[in-house]
Amino acid sequence: MNFSYTILIPLIPLAVFLLLGIFNQKIKPAVSGYIGVFGLLASAIISFYAAYQYFFVSGKADGVYQTFVDKTVWMNFTETLHIDMGVLIDPISIMMLIVVSVVSLMVHIYSRGYMKGDDGYTRFFAFLSLFSFSMYGLVLATNLFQIYIFWELVGVSSYLLIGYYYTKPSAVAAAKKAFIVTRFADLGFLIGILIIGYYTGTFDFETLNNPEGSAILNWASTSFMGLSVITWALILIFIGGAGKSAMLPFHIWLPDAMEGPTPVSALIHAATMVVAGIYLVARLFPMFYFVEHGFALNIVAYVGAISSLFAAIIAITQTDIKRVLAFSTMSQLGYMMLALGVSGYDGHEGVGYMASMFHLFTHAMFKALLFLGAGSVIHAIHSNYLKDMGGLRKYMPITNVTFLIAALAIAGMPPFAGFWSKDEILVAAFEHNKLIYYIGVLVAGLTAFYMFRIYFGIFWGKDREYEHTPKESPLSMTFPLMVLALLSIVGGFIPFSEFITPDKAGFEAHLNYPLAAIAVGVGLTGIILAWVFYKKENDLADKFANAFGIFYKWAFHKFYFDELYLFITKKILFKRVSAPIAWFDKKVVDATMEGIGNKTVLTSEKIKGMQSGKVQDYAFSFIAGVVVLAIVFIYIWTN
Amino acid sequence: MNIDSFLLMRHEILLLAIVLLLIVAEIFINQNKKGSIVHLAIFLFGIHTIVGFFAIDESSLFGGMFRTNGLIHFFKNILNIGVLVLLLQSADWLQEKIVQHNRGTEFFILMFSSLLGMYFMISSGDFLMFYLGLELSTLPVAALAAFETTKRISSESGIKLILSAALASGVSLFGISLLYATTGSIYFNDIIEVITSTNLSILGLVLFFAGLAFKISLVPFHFWTADVYEGAPISIASYLSVISKGAAVFILMILLFTVLKPLMHIWENMVYIIAIATMFIGNLFALRQQNMKRFLAFSSIAQAGFILLGIIEGNQLGVTTVVYFVLIYVFSNLAAFGVVQAISLQTGKENMNDYEGLYRTNPKLSLVMMLALFSLAGIPPVAGFFGKFFLFTAAASKGYYLLVFLAVVNVTISLYYYLLVIRAMFLRQSDHAIPFFKNKLYMRLGLIITVLGILILGLYSPLYDYIFELSSNFN
Repeated sequence: MNFSYTILIPLIPLAVFLLLGIFNQKIKPAVSGYIGVFGLLASAIISFYAAYQYFFVSGKADGVYQTFVDKTVWMNFTETLHIDMGVLIDPISIMMLIVVSVVSLMVHIYSRGYMKGDDGYTRFFAFLSLFSFSMYGLVLATNLFQIYIFWELVGVSSYLLIGYYYTKPSAVAAAKKAFIVTRFADLGFLIGILIIGYYTGTFDFETLNNPEGSAILNWASTSFMGLSVITWALILIFIGGAGKSAMLPFHIWLPDAMEGPTPVSALIHAATMVVAGIYLVARLFPMFYFVEHGFALNIVAYVGAISSLFAAIIAITQTDIKRVLAFSTMSQLGYMMLALGVSGYDGHEGVGYMASMFHLFTHAMFKALLFLGAGSVIHAIHSNYLKDMGGLRKYMPITNVTFLIAALAIAGMPPFAGFWSKDEILVAAFEHNKLIYYIGVLVAGLTAFYMFRIYFGIFWGKDREYEHTPKESPLSMTFPLMVLALLSIVGGFIPFSEFITPDKAGFEAHLNYPLAAIAVGVGLTGIILAWVFYKKENDLADKFANAFGIFYKWAFHKFYFDELYLFITKKILFKRVSAPIAWFDKKVVDATMEGIGNKTVLTSEKIKGMQSGKVQDYAFSFIAGVVVLAIVFIYIWTN
Repeated sequence: MNIDSFLLMRHEILLLAIVLLLIVAEIFINQNKKGSIVHLAIFLFGIHTIVGFFAIDESSLFGGMFRTNGLIHFFKNILNIGVLVLLLQSADWLQEKIVQHNRGTEFFILMFSSLLGMYFMISSGDFLMFYLGLELSTLPVAALAAFETTKRISSESGIKLILSAALASGVSLFGISLLYATTGSIYFNDIIEVITSTNLSILGLVLFFAGLAFKISLVPFHFWTADVYEGAPISIASYLSVISKGAAVFILMILLFTVLKPLMHIWENMVYIIAIATMFIGNLFALRQQNMKRFLAFSSIAQAGFILLGIIEGNQLGVTTVVYFVLIYVFSNLAAFGVVQAISLQTGKENMNDYEGLYRTNPKLSLVMMLALFSLAGIPPVAGFFGKFFLFTAAASKGYYLLVFLAVVNVTISLYYYLLVIRAMFLRQSDHAIPFFKNKLYMRLGLIITVLGILILGLYSPLYDYIFELSSNFN
């Protein structure tokens, strides 16, 4: 089997980016849209072909999916330690290729309608292509350093796209916030990489992940503060992943990132970039699992569970529909993390890992659909806020139906995609950690509730006073909605456990009926509550909010996390640490430097006379120079 | 002596043939098409440059007076590329100002003779050949400096150069004779065996060193530089600062590293002192210059100071870093001089404040200049950064940390004045900005080659390893 051609998948969007970037002014907007869409279509076709080849033709040997690597050495450090560039094909990278291709293609098509008439149309498609290139590169990375390079690249493209409306101060601030917060977490990632490189002598995923390899077997050889250094490295790497995947306490950038255009939110902040953290942990899963008996993996599980619950509670109280979806994304990402955290390795034990990837896949479809649906609504009425919406089902039938399908999917109602993947996650949690299982069930109920809260809020209830009658979006926007809706219905029937498991051998998964019944029951309760509260306009919701009083206020203000960060940075860091340093810099360092600078110019002025223009003088200094040198080296500086 | 041994002198013979051919050609050239001599000369020299790339054996001729090896061959090619670029950049000036007075051939003959002298100088195997080469390389340049006979300043520059050069070459010859007196031979291979550190040999070393230091314009032998550059035609200033300096650096390094190696404990201290003096004096003077040619003169003095950091290493690493730096310096400095030349030719303006607002009117030219100055200043990822970085590594590997520190201080000073030019071009507005003009083909070609050189050497460079291998016999 040879999958070297997959290198084309990232290279095509790169070419599109360069083309659109260089000839920005010379290409007509309509043409640039087509270039973007067709470039991505080509990548998607290759991805699907590769997936077909891998899963159904040549990927398996002795009943186990093989890992295919093609790479070249890019930079040498020592004999064994070098940075390579290449492609790595295994079940999860193929799965991610499909996710990125489908969502990115749909978003490209959708954007042709959504961004129509925008000034930076070509720039927008150039950035989308840059993002697709980086994301593909991240997915296909063969080693920690390569993934880090593309990791930063997706960060940059995300920055560019969040700040796309760069004349809006809030967008610029949000872009900066996202970049700085994730950069901060990436510092942990980088240190983790360096530790791994130093102690194991390799960056290669294949070598690192080998359960019989030295990297895993020798974890106990060096320890630091009671833990193996490798565990420390994994925790640091997980911090990087937590930054990208908006886990507590690095989540604060995600809601603000909604300042970007809605298609961007769908692509980057729902379906692809934010799952990079999950993908990273899954990529290193054997290390997380075996090193120090899964100590780091436990941290992953708890951080995931807590983030999931935390975000779901906040989501209930938000009034901006994109922010609700942002917190919902964070909550679902937490779900995936906790599923990885409770997973085993061999055979059926690996159900958590499988479920996590399964949920990543289905979530990408229905969450992208939710965002694009929300975008369609925002496009029609030019507002993000629930208070401006209501009764839209009559005007926007396609958006209404597709949004409902996505909401049912995320609420875990059978037979929609979310039901199947969520059920597997709960099974895994139930088998390994009861506490996490209860959190999971609670979150499932909350999810159904907040999702139907906004569904009823947008599409049911009374009409608002619209400036002009809202109308359904054009086909370029509704087509992706329909495609994604279809995938949200059938996506759950893919037998994931045959394709993607930690040991790559596959197993047969069965529905656990009692657990499924509980989950569906909880989900239904959430939906019914939402129906009671929000289907018709009434003051029940406000009464409840008042009853919870202070707690509601906390959740509404996102538990004051932003304020906490501001307090730490502004009051403590800036005032107590930065200000004195700035003073020192200005009064001592700068002053000294300026003094030296002025002295230099003065000296230069003073010695001007040496250059008299007379050849006699020049000859004199020539001879003088010779004589002085001769005297110095014959009589004085002799050694 | 058979034809094979003559082929070892391929560079020299070919260039001589071109010189003779040009003399003959002048007779036959149509008086209505005087300009064709320029095309012919550039064409011939282009072929000569290309032929130069064919590999050459390592050997010596005339009982060891002439020798060649991979490194020498490589360096001759660097000189060739430099001269070719320089000719391309001067073509328009020649067409407009020189050829009309039937002096085109003269120009080429003088320049090629000087280059021939350099070939012999860097290929020399004894002091006699060295001295002949040195003289042959210097004298024609003095004539070239005074080439614009209608300008007083040009004649002055020629006179200053010839007087200073005569003094320097006399001193150098005296030094050589002292070395001969102490060792009894003028052959490099013999001298290595017998030379020891005595008062007489040290005096010889100092005098000999001063002669070459004059050509490289090291402090305190540098005073002629600014005056001559300012007065001479720009192509000649460029030639002096790039080609002539490069060749002199190379042969100085070769001689110090081989023949005078037994005196290394003396000359490394000498190089140490002179490096510091040269960097500081060059930079401090460059700070205040307004005339672009004087500015580049002092900048090139400072650059010579940096080169000494590689020389002080004394081994293979030193050779590699110096040759690599010279290669980058050739491209960077030629790019800077090329822009000055283009502007001077179109408008006659040579002052820094004339460059104000240049970016708005001539963006491409400003970008070339910016790239050149960034490279000279050593800003990554432009080639100059790597050149300087390797030189500093070489000095640091010998433990000269103080010297490296002082060099870094000087890099900072130099950054200031290079940025002055960039500020004038990009940030300053001016009502008298030089209007837009289009360069002719030759000039454009000349600038494009330099830009490619700067970029390619900066971004992708297995060349460093190649040079390192070439200089393996300096271990």
